[in-house]
Amino acid sequence: MKFAVIVFPGSNCDYDAYYVVKKHLNCEVDFIWHKENLINEYDCIIIPGGFSYGDYLRAGAIAQFSKVMTEVKNHAKKGKYVIGICNGFQILVESGLLPGALITNQSTNFISQSVTLEVVNNKTKFTNIFKENQTIQMPIAHKQGNYFANSDLLKNLEDNNQIAFKYQTNPNGSKNDIAGIFNKNKNVLGMMPHPERASEILLGSDDGFNIFKSIILG
Amino acid sequence: MKAKIYINYKEGILDPEGQTVSKALKSIGINGINDLVIGKCIELVLDTQNEQEAKKIIEESCSQLLSNPNTEVYTYEIINENQS
Repeated sequence: MKFAVIVFPGSNCDYDAYYVVKKHLNCEVDFIWHKENLINEYDCIIIPGGFSYGDYLRAGAIAQFSKVMTEVKNHAKKGKYVIGICNGFQILVESGLLPGALITNQSTNFISQSVTLEVVNNKTKFTNIFKENQTIQMPIAHKQGNYFANSDLLKNLEDNNQIAFKYQTNPNGSKNDIAGIFNKNKNVLGMMPHPERASEILLGSDDGFNIFKSIILG
Repeated sequence: MKAKIYINYKEGILDPEGQTVSKALKSIGINGINDLVIGKCIELVLDTQNEQEAKKIIEESCSQLLSNPNTEVYTYEIINENQS
């Protein structure tokens, strides 16, 4: 499998994602600057965390209009895989690839801590290694990670099994404790927790690596 | 021609910043405020004197980038400097 990591001005988890894919997954991976085209056909595109465009206006709002995002949308339309982590999730939501919105944490604080997640849907390309309802450990680091959806959308997400992960203890006020969601086709995943920062036991947990492993094995 | 755009959270969407500031006002002894909402105000200087054209630019800007229809609502006023 071939991966791409999109780089925006202000991305800061791009190297972490690249490192995990290259060193641990042993897969080919390219960095793609947001003003460039996708230089190869990719199986999976990673939109990494950070503070693209300084989070100006709303987190992810400006990055959605970057040149490369048109190609990311086409890539997703073909049923190929996209994973947006933290700011990447915010960009996917702003660009309409995932539903809902991410607003300021209930506490108004930037929260950086380890959280326990429950795997809600383990029958997808991103989660097939996990057992149903398995709990996993990963860090979060965000100020705008409070997932918002109205009651109709929440019902749709639950009915279509689009919820990937839920927080065991809700850190930020997210509706229904949602930490990560899929699109309807389950080929796009957005999540606030950082799997690339939980891919080596040295970092406290390697549960996050199982998401990347699922992508290549499932 | 200028425009002032006001963007606020939709009703029912948590405004933690507004709530925190509201509590801070109470804590310094300022009472009588039932609700406080913090939004954004964006000022535009437009390259047109035509109000219809101005409205079109403002609406496009708001719907495509400046506001998020999932969580926010916007209002605006157009300031015609020639008349003021």
